[in-house]
Amino acid sequence: MNEHRKKVQELRKFREGLADNPAAKDIARTFAKTLLELRNIKKDFFGNQVLTDINLTLGEGEVIGLVGENGAGKSTLMRILFGANMIRETGGYGGEVILEGKTVGFSSPFDAIEAGIGMVHQEFSLIPGFTTTENILLNREPTRRNVISEIFGERLDTLKRTEMDERAANAIEMMGVDIDRNMVISDMPVGHKQFTEIARELSKEQLKLLILDEPTAVLTEKEAEALLASIRGMAERGISIIFITHRLQEILAVCDRVVVMRDGYIVNEAKASETNVSEITKWMVGREVADGGAAPEVRINEDAPTILSIEKLWVDMPGETVRNVNLEVKKGEILGIGGLAGQGKLGIPNGIMGLYQAGGRVTFEGREIPLNNPRQCLDSGFSFVSEDRRGVGLLLDETLEWNVAFPAMQIQNRFLKNYLGGLIKWRDEKAIKEVTDKYIESLAIKCTSSRQKARELSGGNQQKVCLAKAFALNPRLLFVSEPTRGIDVGAKALVLNALKDFNRENGVTIVMISSELEELRQSCDRIAIVSGGKIAGILPASSSVEDLGALMLSQVI
Amino acid sequence: MNTDTKKEKGAFGKFVESFGLPRLLITAFLLLLLILAPIVGADLPTQITNIIARFSWNGVLVLAMVPMVHSGCGLNFGLPLGIISGLLGATMSIEFGFTGALSFVMAILIATPFALVLGALYGWLLNKIKGGEMMIATYVGFSSVSLMCMMWLVLPYKSPNMVWGMAGKGLRTTISLEGYYIDVLAKFLRIKIGNFEIPTGTLLFFALLAFLIWAFLHTKTGTAMTAVGSNPTFARAAGINVDKIRLLSVVMSTWLAAIGILVYEQGFGFIQLYMAPFYMALPAVSAILIGGASVNKASITNVIIGTILFQGIVTMTPTVMNNMVHMDMSEVIRIIASQGMILYALTRKTEGSK
Repeated sequence: MNEHRKKVQELRKFREGLADNPAAKDIARTFAKTLLELRNIKKDFFGNQVLTDINLTLGEGEVIGLVGENGAGKSTLMRILFGANMIRETGGYGGEVILEGKTVGFSSPFDAIEAGIGMVHQEFSLIPGFTTTENILLNREPTRRNVISEIFGERLDTLKRTEMDERAANAIEMMGVDIDRNMVISDMPVGHKQFTEIARELSKEQLKLLILDEPTAVLTEKEAEALLASIRGMAERGISIIFITHRLQEILAVCDRVVVMRDGYIVNEAKASETNVSEITKWMVGREVADGGAAPEVRINEDAPTILSIEKLWVDMPGETVRNVNLEVKKGEILGIGGLAGQGKLGIPNGIMGLYQAGGRVTFEGREIPLNNPRQCLDSGFSFVSEDRRGVGLLLDETLEWNVAFPAMQIQNRFLKNYLGGLIKWRDEKAIKEVTDKYIESLAIKCTSSRQKARELSGGNQQKVCLAKAFALNPRLLFVSEPTRGIDVGAKALVLNALKDFNRENGVTIVMISSELEELRQSCDRIAIVSGGKIAGILPASSSVEDLGALMLSQVI
Repeated sequence: MNTDTKKEKGAFGKFVESFGLPRLLITAFLLLLLILAPIVGADLPTQITNIIARFSWNGVLVLAMVPMVHSGCGLNFGLPLGIISGLLGATMSIEFGFTGALSFVMAILIATPFALVLGALYGWLLNKIKGGEMMIATYVGFSSVSLMCMMWLVLPYKSPNMVWGMAGKGLRTTISLEGYYIDVLAKFLRIKIGNFEIPTGTLLFFALLAFLIWAFLHTKTGTAMTAVGSNPTFARAAGINVDKIRLLSVVMSTWLAAIGILVYEQGFGFIQLYMAPFYMALPAVSAILIGGASVNKASITNVIIGTILFQGIVTMTPTVMNNMVHMDMSEVIRIIASQGMILYALTRKTEGSK
């Protein structure tokens, strides 16, 4: 991870160097020739304005980074560009799209492809049993007539395999990466699938504009680097690129210009060389977000009593096996648990909370907690925010009220009215609404009312509901697993702050499991690193990323 | 990004969405039949009386779907199991010599332990095969009916009102309730104006049971039941014993089915044995689906609307058609209409996401 960051920074320095060097000015060009111009683009869905007065120009061979929180309107804008059916079905759009000096109005994605626009979506659309070459040239293969096709028509033409191979090779070379042209898609790592998608777009001769929608989200660091390098390569060849991502470092590394969207407006545009991550973040969310670096106040209290001690814990969680974990959690601290994916960090809370088969000894406040029994853990004052929000964390089809109050109602008999001497335990809707409203306010959950269905909220707000649910239990020990997975920058900061406040104000001990080291360093007091199903070491949160990274790799199996 | 799903609709659109287009169409069809009835010469008050009566007979059987749907066990295709408990209660009450209203009360009391035991076994089985409940339930229903076909012959019933006249043993296929609990609920506070009749007592009895279920779903255990149906993993993580709650829901469904068949019989006037329970599950399943329930969401409103619509169409279609073509095809049309409704209802079965 760290290495990745360095590489990206190097790449960025290299590009800044280009900008400073007068001889290289034409490379960091001024883009005299405009490829695409968007004028006053407006779009509403049944009166709900999602795009307002979007004006944007894109030069030939220019790379722009489009950033914005979830729901800022990026996807809608790209759909307009790509002629998606959905836009027409919902009443079209206002304003003009001008491609190479001509106003265009695509009636389907095919028209857009014809005009030279290519798009790589987040989800792959590849045929798993076909090779790279076959996928790249699917339905555009060079063919030769043969006897059968003379009779039955051109669908039975013979494929020119050598020419196909050449064209695929060319497209792959344009990206500047090396992938096996004859490998079957289903055998490939995710990164190579992504490259195949891009190569398919590149192999179209008319391609002038390539839209990449979060292409690096599924890639490993190495692959992401290669992709970034190839984006530059493609731009050199005169292809304009719109690059959408949540990873701001990448935008800075490869883009000429950053365009920031918020609530359907373009709020700012800047040269990538003249801005930085925190500035972009500020534009995106419209407020200050804590910058990286270690926590401002790391509190390590050696004398604090141990509240939870874990001995010889094993957990049989598929993909996250815990082999032998010994760990002591101190009262009142925020303990981070980090580690690479698959090394067992997620197995620890899931095993202790009884969601997966586990063994060993867990002692909480001097009492042994029986394993494989969720009820006992909850009764002892544990609470768990699962990494699997939609699967374990939420009742998606129920109201927020139910989601927040349910565990507290079932475990602690709260939010209930007793009739007939406790024989009838009636749901106390008023108390439930009160507590839900309280958390909606304090965690700033965006919803229409406390009776909205959890399914209808965005990922970040769903995560806040999961926190509210855990907080409502008034736990003495809170496990939080991947609290910021899949949510955007603004929500991330809010979630982390809420956790910190909960710890500081109520003195609740928190064990936070996360794949993002930065996040752990910002929020925790101590960080335990799991490697190979065991604790590889525990360091203060102020330790350097290098030290923590070294521990991560120490016992990998 | 998700803004495209936030569609704003007019008042009419909202109404259609909340009520459901299929239900709207069925309601419109039913209204059309009601308008056509007097035109083609059928007596409208009689028709409406029929619909209300059939609603009152079937309401509890449809209500029996609710607990299992809530706990995520799906639609209770095993309804015949509960019905058999009810039949045991009914026949034993008569065998022991109870008559009049008392025979109804005793039938309920005797049916209850059977329903609880059979329901518990059935629930235990359903807990073993999570995910395939509805398929297994169907066959539990079928096989229990077949087993009881033998038992009705073998069990030592003696009452001359029930056994075959010649042999003096073995129960008859149809047993008249004259002198026992025929119309015992319907008679209570019955309203009668010309051809128009309301079986007030039966409706009140249904209302009482519906209220109890509604109330139960508002208690702590009821809330847990709904949560188990909505997301069993969530419920387990919140410390709920999922299997126990599911078992409870199956027992409740089975008991309601037992009561349901007794209510049905008092209105219908006969106890039907042997293969009769075989055909009871599908109409009830269809009614609740047409009422707008999904496989893991159902409300009392779904029960009421669904039963009225289903029974309304099933009673009205043959009458109106017969009067239109002047030929007695009522049985044929009744079968086409009711099976058609069942088929339609099953195609629009929606699996709420889990």
